[in-house]
Amino acid sequence: MGRYVIRRLGQMIVVLFGATVVLFCTLFILPGDPVGSLGGDKARDPAVVAELRERYGLNDPLPVQYGNFVKNLAQGDLGEDFTQRRPVTEILQPKLVNTAKLAIAAIIIDIVIGVLAGLIAALFRYSFWDVLITLLTTFAVGFPSFVIGMVLQKFFVVDLGLFPLISDGTLNSMILPAFTLAILDAALVARLMRGTMLEVLRADYVKTAVAKGLPRRTVLLKHVMRNSIIPVVTYLGISFGTLLGGALITEAIFNWDGIGLALVQAVQQQNNPIIIGVVTFGVAVFVLLNLIVDLLYAVLDPRIRLA
Amino acid sequence: MTELTKSDAGAGTAQTAAVPAEAEPAIKRITQWGEIRHRFMANRLAVVGLIIVGLLLFAAAFAPLLAPYDPLHQDLANTLASPGGEHLLGTDALGRDQLSRIIYGARIAVIIGLASIFLACLIGVVIGALAGYFGKAIDSVLMRVADVFFAFPLLIGAIVIIIVMGRGVAPVVISLAVFSWPTVSRLLRSSILSVREADYVLAARALGAGTTRIIVRHIIPNSIAAVMAYAAFSVGSAIVAEAALSFLGVGVSPEVAEWGNMLSAGRDFLGVKDYLWVYPSIAIVLTVLGFVFVGDGLRDALDPKLR
Amino acid sequence: MTTSHVTADVPAQRGTDGETPVLEVRDLHVEFKTREGIVKAVNGVNYSVKAGETLAVLGESGSGKSVTAQAIMGILDSPPGRVAKGEILFKGQDILQLPEAERRKLRGPKMAMIFQDALSALNPVFSVGNQLGEMFRVHQGMSKKDAKAKAIELMDRVKIPAARSRVGDYPHQFSGGMRQRIMIAMALALEPDLIIADEPTTALDVTVQAQVMDLLAELQAEYHMGLILITHDLGVVADVADKIAVMYAGRIVEQAPVHELYKRPAHPYTRGLLDSIPRLDQKGQELYAIKGLPPNLLKPPTGCAFSPRCPKAQDICRTELPPLVPVSEQDGTELVGRVSACHFWKEQIHG
Repeated sequence: MGRYVIRRLGQMIVVLFGATVVLFCTLFILPGDPVGSLGGDKARDPAVVAELRERYGLNDPLPVQYGNFVKNLAQGDLGEDFTQRRPVTEILQPKLVNTAKLAIAAIIIDIVIGVLAGLIAALFRYSFWDVLITLLTTFAVGFPSFVIGMVLQKFFVVDLGLFPLISDGTLNSMILPAFTLAILDAALVARLMRGTMLEVLRADYVKTAVAKGLPRRTVLLKHVMRNSIIPVVTYLGISFGTLLGGALITEAIFNWDGIGLALVQAVQQQNNPIIIGVVTFGVAVFVLLNLIVDLLYAVLDPRIRLA
Repeated sequence: MTELTKSDAGAGTAQTAAVPAEAEPAIKRITQWGEIRHRFMANRLAVVGLIIVGLLLFAAAFAPLLAPYDPLHQDLANTLASPGGEHLLGTDALGRDQLSRIIYGARIAVIIGLASIFLACLIGVVIGALAGYFGKAIDSVLMRVADVFFAFPLLIGAIVIIIVMGRGVAPVVISLAVFSWPTVSRLLRSSILSVREADYVLAARALGAGTTRIIVRHIIPNSIAAVMAYAAFSVGSAIVAEAALSFLGVGVSPEVAEWGNMLSAGRDFLGVKDYLWVYPSIAIVLTVLGFVFVGDGLRDALDPKLR
Repeated sequence: MTTSHVTADVPAQRGTDGETPVLEVRDLHVEFKTREGIVKAVNGVNYSVKAGETLAVLGESGSGKSVTAQAIMGILDSPPGRVAKGEILFKGQDILQLPEAERRKLRGPKMAMIFQDALSALNPVFSVGNQLGEMFRVHQGMSKKDAKAKAIELMDRVKIPAARSRVGDYPHQFSGGMRQRIMIAMALALEPDLIIADEPTTALDVTVQAQVMDLLAELQAEYHMGLILITHDLGVVADVADKIAVMYAGRIVEQAPVHELYKRPAHPYTRGLLDSIPRLDQKGQELYAIKGLPPNLLKPPTGCAFSPRCPKAQDICRTELPPLVPVSEQDGTELVGRVSACHFWKEQIHG
C-alpha cells in the first residue's frame, strides 16, 4: 500500500511535469506571442508589450524560461499577473475557495438526489417512480450546463424572482449554480446506482444474507448498499476533481467568482500567468483526485489489490 | 460470472432463456454484424437517436437548400422579430433569420463533432494499438503521455490551444481532438490486453493461428467495437464542447452561424426574447441526445453483456 | 453414520411413525412467471427429514431440486417465483402460513442453507469474521466483540487453521475448500435443526470434496440435525445419505433408502443415472449417457415427463402421468420407504 502510493505519487509528478511541458510549449514556443496572443481587435500597446516581455523574462532563451517556470512552480510560485501585478496565487486563493464551495454543494446534491433516485428506481423496479427516474435521467444527459443554467435563470430568477441573477457569494446565490453543475452528474449517478444495485440484488451473497435470516433493512443497507456504492464513489471522486478544476460555463453564467470565471476573464484579458495558474491547478487537482479515488476504491473493495 | 456458477436455482427462468435458442436453430445462422444490427434496431431509443442524427446530417448537408434565408444576411429593418410570420423562428438583434442560422449551425456542429472525434480516434487508435501490442517500456511511455493529456479538463485544455491558434473551426477541431484521444487509446489498449488473454484467442493460438491472424481476426474486431460505441457517444460531447467554447467567446468566429454563438447572443435577451436562446438550445439538446442514444444502442448491441 | 429407519412419505402413509419429522414437504408446487409463460418448476413434491437423518435430493439442473430448497428456506426470488400450492411443515407447523417476520426468525436459528459456490455466496466486501459474527449479532443481540470470539470458535470448529489470525480476512483470501468450510460454519452457527446443502461440493476440487463432505456429515451427527443434501452427483451421496429422492421435471420420480436404490432402482431414470457413473470394472467400454435433453418446463411433455428420453417408454407413458406409488417385492411384501412414479416399476425393479 505504502509503496503503491509512493509509486503513484511519482507517476503523478511525471504527469504534472508533462503537463507543464505541454502548457509551456503551447503558450511560449508555438507561433504567437505570450503577451498578446489573441491579437486582432484587442492588440496591446507595443510599449506595454515590450515592458511585459522584459519583466517576465520572455527575452531569455527558451530553456532558461522553462527552467525558471518550473523552478517557480515547484515552489508554488505562479508569478505575477499582467493586469494587477499581484502574485497569481494571492489572486486565485479566494476564488479557489469559492470554486470549492460550489463543487462541494454540487457533490452533495449529486449524492442526495442521484443516490436516492437510483436506490428508489432499483428497489421498485418497473414501478411508476422507476419509469419516471429512468426517463428523466435518460433525457437529462442531453442538457449541457449552459442550457440548464439559462433555463434555471429564466424560471427561478426572471419568472419567479427567487434568486439573484448575478451571484454575490451568498448561500442563496449559490443554489442555482450548484444545481446547474449537479443535474447532469446526479442523473448519471442515479443511472449508475440503479444499474449496479440491480446487479448486486441478483448476487448470490444477497440470497445468502436473506437465508441467514437478516432483516430486510440489514440486507439492503449493509450487504446491498456497501457493494452498490463502490462505483458511485469512484465516479463522484473523479467528478469532484473536475469540478474543483473550475466550472467555466457555470461560473461564467452566474458570474460566480471562482477560478473558472477567472480563467474566462484571463483569456479575454490575455492574462497568461492567471491562465497558467488555473490550468496547472486544474491538472494537479484532477490527477490527485484520481489517486485518491484509486486508494478509496481499494479501501471499499478488498478484492482490489494495489500493485 | 454468476451465470456460470449458478446452480439450478431459479431453474425456471434459466431454462426458458435457453429453450427458444435451441428450438430455432435455423435462425441462428445470421452473421455477427447482422445480429448486431438486429439488436440495435430492436432498441427503440437507438432508432430514435439514429433518426435524429440522420436529420442532423441531412440539415448539415443541404443547409443552403433548406434554409429560407442567408444566415449572415442582416435585415436591419426587421431586427428581433418574434417567431412566426416571415421568419418562422424570428430574427436576432442584427435581423438575421434564426431558423436559417440554426440549420447552418448544424453544419458547424457536424463538421466539428465528426472531425474532432475522427482525429481523436485516429491518434488514439494508433497510440493505443502500439501500447497494447508492444507492451513493456513503449506501453508505459505512451500511457504516461496519454495520462498527461487526459489530465487536462477538456474545455480548459482546448482554451489553451485556442489562445495560441486563434479562433476558428480548425483550432476548435484540433484542440478538442488533442484532449480527447487518451480515452480512445486507453480503451483500445485495455481491450487489446483483455482480448489477448481471452480464452478464444488462447484457443486460436493453440490451434496454431499466427499473430497476424489473431490480431486481424480476433483482436481488431473486438477492440474496434468498443471504440465505435465510444466515438458515437463522444461526437455529442464534442458538439457540446464546441458550443461551450463559442459560448465562452473562444470558439469559432462570433459572426458564424453556430449554436453556441446564438446562445451567447441570446443570453443578453434572457427573459425578454427567450426564443433567441431556446431554439438553439433545443437543437443542441436533440443533437446530444441523438448521439447518446446511438452510442448507448451501439454499446448494448455490440456487447449485450454490458447491459 | 446415522442409520435411522425410513418411512415412505406419501401423505397417506404419514403418521405411522410416532416421531414428528423436522421437516415435511407436502404436495409442493412452485411456479415462475416468465415472459414466455408460467414455468412449473416444482409439481407436487413430498418428502420429509427427521432429526439426524440425511435426505439426498438428486436430479439434473432444472429438475426443481434447488427451487424446492429455496421454497423451504423462503428465499425464492418472488416475483417471478411463488409457491402455488402445498404445505411446508417445520416440526409440524406449516411455515408457509407464517408472516414474513416470523419466517425470517426461523432462518439461521432453526434452518440454514449452504450454497454451492462459496465465493459468490459470501459477501466480498466484508471479512469472514464479520459475516459469521453477524449471525450472533442479529439473532442473539451479541456484542461485536463476543460475536467475533464466536466467529473464531466456529472457524476452529470447521477446522480452519489459524482461525484467530484469519478472522479478519476476506472471502477471496481463502481457498475454495476453506471458503466452503466458512459457509458450513455460518450455517451451523446457531445450531439449527435443519440444514439444506445445495450442491455443497460441486464447485470444489475432487480431493477437497471428500474432506468437506466428511466434515458436514460429522457435524450433522454431532448436532443431530436433519440434512437435505441436494446434488446431481450419485457418487457423493452413497456414503452420507440415509435415503434418496430422485427428482425429474419438478416431480419426485423415485424415493428409496440409499443402498436399495443403488441395488435395485425402480425407475428407468434412476437406472440411467446409475449407469452413467464411470466404473473401474468397465474400463474401455463406452460410458452410458441418458439420451436427449431435460424437458422444457414451459411445455412439459404429456404423460410421464421422462418418456421422450426413456428407453422403455410405451404408449401409456406418453399419455398418462404415472402416480407415485409404493413399491413392493414380487411376493407383494411392501418395501418400506420405497416409492416410484413409473408405470412399469415392476418390470424395472424385478425384470
